[in-house]
Amino acid sequence: MVSRRVFLKNGAFAFVSLGFAPSFLSRTALAATGRSKQLIAIFQRGAVDGLSMVVPFGEADYYRARPGIAIPRPNGENGALDLDGFFGFNPRLQALKPLWDRRQLAIVNACGSPDSTRSHFDAQDYMETATPGVKSTADGWLNRYLQARQTEEATPFRAVALTSQLPRMLQGTAPALAMSQVAQFGIRGGQGGDGAGASFEREYAAAADHLLNGTGKEAFNAIKMLKSTDPSRYQPANGADYPRSPFGQALRQIAQLTKSNVGLEVAFADVGGWDTHVNQGAAQGQLATKLEDFSRAIAALVADLGDRMEDTVILTMSEFGRAVNENGNRGTDHGHGNAMMVIGGNVRGGHVYGKWPGLAAEKRYEGRDLAVTTDFRDVFGEIVARHLGVSNPSAIFPGHNIQPSRYPGLFAS
Amino acid sequence: MKRFLPFVLPLTIAVLATAGPAARTKAADQAGDKTIVHVLNRIAFGPRPGDVDQVRAIGIDRYVDQQLHPERVADPAMSARLSGLASIGMSSREIAREYELPQLEARRERKQNARDDQTGARPKPGPLQQKANGVIVELSEQKVLRAIYSERQLQEVLTDFWFNHFNVDARKGPARFMLTEYERETIRPHVLGRFRDLLEATAKSPAMLFYLDNWLSADPNTPTHRRAVGRPEQRRVTRGLNENYGRELMELHTLGVDAGYTQKDVTEVARAFTGWTIQNPRQGGGFTFNPRLHDTGQKVVLGHVIKAGGGESDGERVLDVLAKEPATARLIATKLARRFVSDTPPPALVDRAAARFRSTDGDVREVMRTILTSPEFLAPESYRAKVKTPFEFVVSAARAIGADVQEALPLVRQLQQLGMPLYQCQPPTGYKDTADAWVNTGALVSRMNFALTLAGNKLRGVSVTALPTADQVLAGDLSETTRATIAKATDPQQMVALTLGAPEFQRR
Repeated sequence: MVSRRVFLKNGAFAFVSLGFAPSFLSRTALAATGRSKQLIAIFQRGAVDGLSMVVPFGEADYYRARPGIAIPRPNGENGALDLDGFFGFNPRLQALKPLWDRRQLAIVNACGSPDSTRSHFDAQDYMETATPGVKSTADGWLNRYLQARQTEEATPFRAVALTSQLPRMLQGTAPALAMSQVAQFGIRGGQGGDGAGASFEREYAAAADHLLNGTGKEAFNAIKMLKSTDPSRYQPANGADYPRSPFGQALRQIAQLTKSNVGLEVAFADVGGWDTHVNQGAAQGQLATKLEDFSRAIAALVADLGDRMEDTVILTMSEFGRAVNENGNRGTDHGHGNAMMVIGGNVRGGHVYGKWPGLAAEKRYEGRDLAVTTDFRDVFGEIVARHLGVSNPSAIFPGHNIQPSRYPGLFAS
Repeated sequence: MKRFLPFVLPLTIAVLATAGPAARTKAADQAGDKTIVHVLNRIAFGPRPGDVDQVRAIGIDRYVDQQLHPERVADPAMSARLSGLASIGMSSREIAREYELPQLEARRERKQNARDDQTGARPKPGPLQQKANGVIVELSEQKVLRAIYSERQLQEVLTDFWFNHFNVDARKGPARFMLTEYERETIRPHVLGRFRDLLEATAKSPAMLFYLDNWLSADPNTPTHRRAVGRPEQRRVTRGLNENYGRELMELHTLGVDAGYTQKDVTEVARAFTGWTIQNPRQGGGFTFNPRLHDTGQKVVLGHVIKAGGGESDGERVLDVLAKEPATARLIATKLARRFVSDTPPPALVDRAAARFRSTDGDVREVMRTILTSPEFLAPESYRAKVKTPFEFVVSAARAIGADVQEALPLVRQLQQLGMPLYQCQPPTGYKDTADAWVNTGALVSRMNFALTLAGNKLRGVSVTALPTADQVLAGDLSETTRATIAKATDPQQMVALTLGAPEFQRR
């Protein structure tokens, strides 16, 4: 009673709407040789204290606001690592200092959202959708980038999150993959596991259902592609020494995928534990420990990627900063403006971007937080335009008037 | 934790006097197994062993009518299946007392200890925090168990549908303590009732008031009020108008995006809802109207004047206006037709369902009847037109093999792997109901792995009681390759895995 033709039609419709073609194998060769641009986005979930990360040691107000947890001025014991005579890295970010010195690392300070929310939940949502104040946005901004640049060469590994679930930033109609362990991507083994994989592959290869047939082929090609790179044998290059932490291992796998030439263009990793309301510590303590892991993992990734960093940008972000004054528990409460890092061979590094509003009480946002002078969408926008090469990124940032004049200037225009 | 004897669940045939023979379509009269499987894939979460026979015995029309009246369908075994879930029957107040307050107390204590201990070690989550997470775990287990075992399948499908329509994410702060009551008292009683009642129930629910921030919304012209609860950074929030709820109410709950309302309408709606807030939110308190937060002035919403001084009734008037708008009828009709018929539902069907919505003052049962008795519902074009969501896939797989689920938690965890964690959809849009959201390489690989795990009896607490053939599960409608591939499998479990993971089973 059911006409096959109807299914073909429906299948084809859905297929077109997904916007990819099944000619996957023919383009792996291209992916293997192409040197396309890559973006690695890192989310510090929980709101890192930017003032302890990029320390404004040149401000007396900083030390007045934080009698118990301030990072000392440079040259003292456990002092900040001087960057430009006014700002300094937390000493536990030592691993990133050489990147700053080589001018491959830039900082955008007093950066954040025009929305005033101090809810982790909402602020992460706004940062990932890049639509502050609008909750019903269907997709994340990285996915909108993928949509804007649909490409014949796209492989299933074009966009990968090293997380168990796809983050909001990568959710949307463009294909993106979430996997917490690269080596475990595949049809599970155990009893007759290989046999099951081959059997499923036959079923999907023969399916008249175009949508499932096409995606099934993609899936099995992806599995084979990954297997041929033998992820279990991966050896980092250039002496890169990743921390054994989950974050370090996530970045290690990003490097591994990158160097496997499976067509990775956009990668995502996140790292939590920044919500330091209590006993935040200073140059020692819980925040410092997190920062050391953070910096060592990123430094290892940069070393491992080697000259691929010429085509790579690593972007770090966190949903908001923390209040200027320390609280009664030697910690910090939710704030507003924060610091982002942008790392890459073509980044105009060694510079702190963004107008610094100062920490004096009257300069603060709502009297308590670092004010925002750079909208985070202008940082994202510049990276999408000048690194990834989208000539007009307006559609990726709906509701925001994207103008090159507002870009921080992280790249040569 | 949950122990009871396995038993066969009969498809209860309630006394029926209302099945209108005139409404029967030719297709329903001469229903083949494929049509019955189609019906069970839409009205229910797919067939269990024996279900097709039962529906064939009473006929599709009668089955549809039964399901439209869940109160007439006996569901004797459900309560035993749910008996181990302590929190699912509790009020928010009880949940706050049992789970939330002890956890807050413990957190305070840990902070105190941390202050004394200067090593800077990060406080570890204690058993009370884990217990607090148990509320949402039990709620999720409940949802999975009901979907698998309830005889009132349409009620479960619609509870899922309406929760998703009025989505609230459990991960936003204390929302996880509010969702048990939200689903049970706000959503469930209205799933086949009047849309206007459901709308007001959600508007006044602590879960929605909290999730979309309306509880904080205040007339910016009244003196600043400071909240007495929450963390210090929340306490210092300056009170003012919050448009979140007003915007989503129109965009997602009623009119739909691009329905012609303006920013001015959003602001006016938000003004009308100022003062709709939560009483003692940390103690599981309910809705309250706080006149001190309310903007008493006149509002104009979509051209309707709401006179000054209406107080709490301002919001109710807004709901009246929105529920009556033709755009709302169209949005609800479209979403229901998309759930039950196809991703791109036939416009003529949407027109008729929307007209029925308007002529019955938003009676969901009647709108559903229009859809489920329509020729489009049983048309060849609708057959397997929908790709299952991960939830539909997991539940239909468990049903297909007659799984005996003593522990639903492994299935709940699998849904996280499959990208659809229950009660944790971040945006207020809810999860998408179209194929593009759910078909991608990673998702397909995960589905095949789930099929292997389930059929291989590798989920703790979930045992397979039936190993049906692929032809039974798929009503004989499978490709020659699929049939041949399954036939070559070495053991019955592998055959079932290759059936549940097959392309044919990914659709409904």
